[in-house]
Amino acid sequence: MPIELYRIDDRLIHGQVVVGWGQPLSLGFIVLVDDAVAESEWEQELYRMGVPPEMDVYFASVEQAAAGLDAWRRDARHGVLLTSDIETMRRLVAATDIRTVNLGGIHHRADRVPRVRYVYLSLPEIATLRSMAAQGVDITAQDVPATRPLPLDELLGSHAQ
Amino acid sequence: MSSARAIIAGHGDFAEGLLSAVGLITGRDELFVAMSNSGLCSADIEARLRALMEEHDIHVIFTDLHAGSCTMGAHRVLSGRPDVIVVSGVSLPLLLTVATSGDLSASALELAIEKARQAIRLTAGTARAD
Repeated sequence: MPIELYRIDDRLIHGQVVVGWGQPLSLGFIVLVDDAVAESEWEQELYRMGVPPEMDVYFASVEQAAAGLDAWRRDARHGVLLTSDIETMRRLVAATDIRTVNLGGIHHRADRVPRVRYVYLSLPEIATLRSMAAQGVDITAQDVPATRPLPLDELLGSHAQ
Repeated sequence: MSSARAIIAGHGDFAEGLLSAVGLITGRDELFVAMSNSGLCSADIEARLRALMEEHDIHVIFTDLHAGSCTMGAHRVLSGRPDVIVVSGVSLPLLLTVATSGDLSASALELAIEKARQAIRLTAGTARAD
């Protein structure tokens, strides 16, 4: 089964992923791609606690995720892949054939400007997203399935709500 | 000195909404302080929880959803804090029990949780009597 969503979400595993996307997609597994979390059993335990028992969570560094991607795609269950930031997703895209990225949630930080309620971006982050798009990656912003997906051009041309 | 003894944390206006209902029904809303995760990243959620705990000397956190980011932040706070309790999946009946008793001990909370589970009822309509 193809991975349903390659999602950037700075809250990683949380209600919108587990319930908002998880229930309509009947998610079987989540792949959490983060170099720091992949090294920390305590962090992994925290994220596992938030996931219902019927859902598997796999933790991987970017390098491990690039190597493991084909196997996850062959899994018969529906899966979602998560990174907590744009840079991690950029590195993963560069190392694989991932060509569709979902901006699910990037929240307030001092150097960021709100674009929509759930996406705040800094200038370097905008530059990275534009660069990925220029290389053929289809990037849309969508926090939950019921929200209209916003193409990158529309997102970057929009003002905060 | 703050009279708040617990945090209610949740998505959107969940916490404020619950708190308003607790206040209307029991008049004891001063026992709780409400927090929303709106616009906050994970680190800020955790920081906000810690700040509220320190400000009000709070040891109990009620969160809306076990899988949610407020619960994730609250679970991070638990590390090194055996005096802190997190209750996820909070409901109005649960908070009403706590507000009425004022007892936030682990044993009292366990009983309140069981009572709250029983408080979810399904009642079906009936055919017209005539």
